[in-house]
Amino acid sequence: MLSVIVRRIIRLVVVLAGVSLVTFAILQVSGDPISLMMPEAPEADRAVLRQSMGFNDPLPVQFARFVGNIVRGDFGQSFFHREPALPIVLARMPTTLLLSVLAMGLSLLIAVPIGILSAVRRNSVFDHSATLVVFLGTSMPVFWTGIMLILLFAVQLRVLPVSGWDSWAALVLPGITLTTVSTPLLLRLVRSSMLDVVGLDYVRTARAKGVSEWIIICRHALTNAALPLVTVAGLQFGLLLGGAIITETVFAVPGMGRLIVGAIRQLDFPIVQAGVFVLALIVVLVNFAVDILYIYLNPQIRVR
Amino acid sequence: MAIGTLAPPIGAAAGPAHAAERSRVWRKFARNPAAIAGALILITVIGAAIFAPYVAPHEPTRQSLIRRFTPPVWTAGGKATYLLGTDQVGRDILSRMIYGARVSLIVGITAVLVSLTLGVTLGLLGGFLRGRVDTVIMTVVDVTLSFPPLLLALAFVAALGPSLLTIIIAIGLTGWERYTRVVRAEVLALREKDFVEAARALGASPARTLLRHLLPNTFSSIIVMSTLQVAQAILQEAALSFLGVGTGSAYPTWGQMISLGRDFVTVAWWLPTFPGLAILLTVLAINLVGDRLRDALDPRVG
Repeated sequence: MLSVIVRRIIRLVVVLAGVSLVTFAILQVSGDPISLMMPEAPEADRAVLRQSMGFNDPLPVQFARFVGNIVRGDFGQSFFHREPALPIVLARMPTTLLLSVLAMGLSLLIAVPIGILSAVRRNSVFDHSATLVVFLGTSMPVFWTGIMLILLFAVQLRVLPVSGWDSWAALVLPGITLTTVSTPLLLRLVRSSMLDVVGLDYVRTARAKGVSEWIIICRHALTNAALPLVTVAGLQFGLLLGGAIITETVFAVPGMGRLIVGAIRQLDFPIVQAGVFVLALIVVLVNFAVDILYIYLNPQIRVR
Repeated sequence: MAIGTLAPPIGAAAGPAHAAERSRVWRKFARNPAAIAGALILITVIGAAIFAPYVAPHEPTRQSLIRRFTPPVWTAGGKATYLLGTDQVGRDILSRMIYGARVSLIVGITAVLVSLTLGVTLGLLGGFLRGRVDTVIMTVVDVTLSFPPLLLALAFVAALGPSLLTIIIAIGLTGWERYTRVVRAEVLALREKDFVEAARALGASPARTLLRHLLPNTFSSIIVMSTLQVAQAILQEAALSFLGVGTGSAYPTWGQMISLGRDFVTVAWWLPTFPGLAILLTVLAINLVGDRLRDALDPRVG
C-alpha cells in the first residue's frame, strides 16, 4: 500500500511539472510580454527591460527560473493592478471553492438517489425521464442556463437577485446553474455503476437469503458502486471548476473564474498564469486525494 | 458502398465494412425514434448552414433602427417578416441564427478533426509501443486532464489573438486526450488477439500491423467519440464566444448572440433565448445520434 502511495506522489510531482510547462507556454505564445507591460515606452527602454528581466535568455533557462519562482509563490506583478499576482488570485479562491463545493454537494444529493432509482427500476417511465433530463442537461450551454434562470427568477418572478455576491440569496442562482453542469454525468454514472453490480452473484445471493430490497441496495450494491463513483466525482471537480469560470462571469460572482476571464481580456498574463496554475493545482490535489481514498476504499489494494 | 467492394477478403482486419453488417447497424439505429429525430434536426441545421444565403429571410448584418426590439411573431407587436424578432440594432434574429450555424458547425467539425488526428496517433503509438513512449504519452494526458475544460483554450486563444483558426486549434488541442485513452486501451486489448498474432507471424511489419489490422478495429469507437466530441466542441466555441474571445469575425455566432443579448434580457427576452435554443437543439441532436450509434455499433448490445 505504501509503495502505491509513493508512486502516486511521484506522479503528482511529474504532472505538476507538466502543468508548470503549459502555464509557462501561455506567456511564450503571446509574443512579446514587454510590449504588453509597457505599450507606450520607446523601443530602447523595452530592450533594456527585456534584458534585465531575462526575456533574452534561452527558453530552458527561463522555464527553470519560472519554476523556481512558482515554488516560492511568485508569479510576477499584475500588469494591471501593479501588485503581486498570486495574492490577488488567492483572495478570490474561497468564493470559487464555495460555489463549486455547493454545486458538488447538490449534485450528489440529486444524482445518487435518482441514479439508484433509475437503475433499480430500469426501463420504467421514471428511468426514461431521468435519461431525457440527462441528455438535456449535457446539451445546454452553461451560460445560457444561467441567463434563462435570471430571466425566470429575477426578471419574471422577481424573487432572487440577478447578480452580485452580497447575500445568501445571491448564491442560489449561480449554485443551481453550476449544479446543472455536474449532475447529468454523475447521475448517468450512478445509474450505470449500480446496473453493473445489481446483476452480480452476491446481490442475487443476498436476495435469495431474503434480505430486504432496500438493504440490498444500500448495503450491498451501493458500497460497491461507490468505488467508481469516487474516482469520477474527483475527475468531475475539474469540469465543475470549468463551469464555475463561466457561471461566475454570468452572475458577476467575484471569484477566480471572473478574475481570470477579466485578466484574459486585459492581457494581464501574470494573473492569467497564476489563476490557471492554481486552478490546475486544485484539480491535481483533488484527484490525488481521490486516488488515496480509492486505495483506502479498495480492499484489493489496501490489504497488500 | 465503395468501401464494401474494395474490402479485402480478410474480414477480421477490415472491421464492420460488410454490407450485411452495415444494414444490421442501420436497422438497430433506425429502431430508435429519438435518434431519428436527432438525425432530422441535424440534417435541418446542416442544410440551413450550407444554404444560408438562400434560406435566411434577411441579411444577417443589415441594421434597421426603427425596427429594433421587434418581438417574435406570436407575441404582441410581432411582425411576420421577423419570425423570431429583431435585436438591439434591428437585425433579424432568425437570419443571424442561420448564419451562426455555419461557424458552429465549421468549428465543431474541424476542431474534432484536429483532436482526432492527434489523439488517435498518440493512442495507437502508446498502446502499440508501450514502455517509455506510453508512459510519456500518458503523462501528457494526465497533465491535460489537470486543467479545467475551456480554461486552456481560453488562455491560448487570448494569447494567440482571437480568430477562427486559433479557436479551432485551441479547442482541437485541448480535446484529444479522450481519443488517446480509448484508442490506447483498445490497442492494448487487441494486440493480444489471434488475428494480430497471425498477421505478425505472416511477416507483417509493425507499421502494417498497426495501420491495417489494429486501427480499423478502433473505427467504431472513434466514430462514436467523434460525434460526441463535435457536440462538446460546439458548446466550447459558444462558451469562448460568450466569454468574449470568439472568432472575431463579422459573422454572428450563437455564443456571441447570447453574450450580446444578455445585456438586454430585461427588455427583450428573445435575444439570448433563441440562439441558446439553437445550441441546445443541435447539441442534443448530435448527442442522441452519437449515443444510438454507440449502441448500434456495439455488437454486444441487443
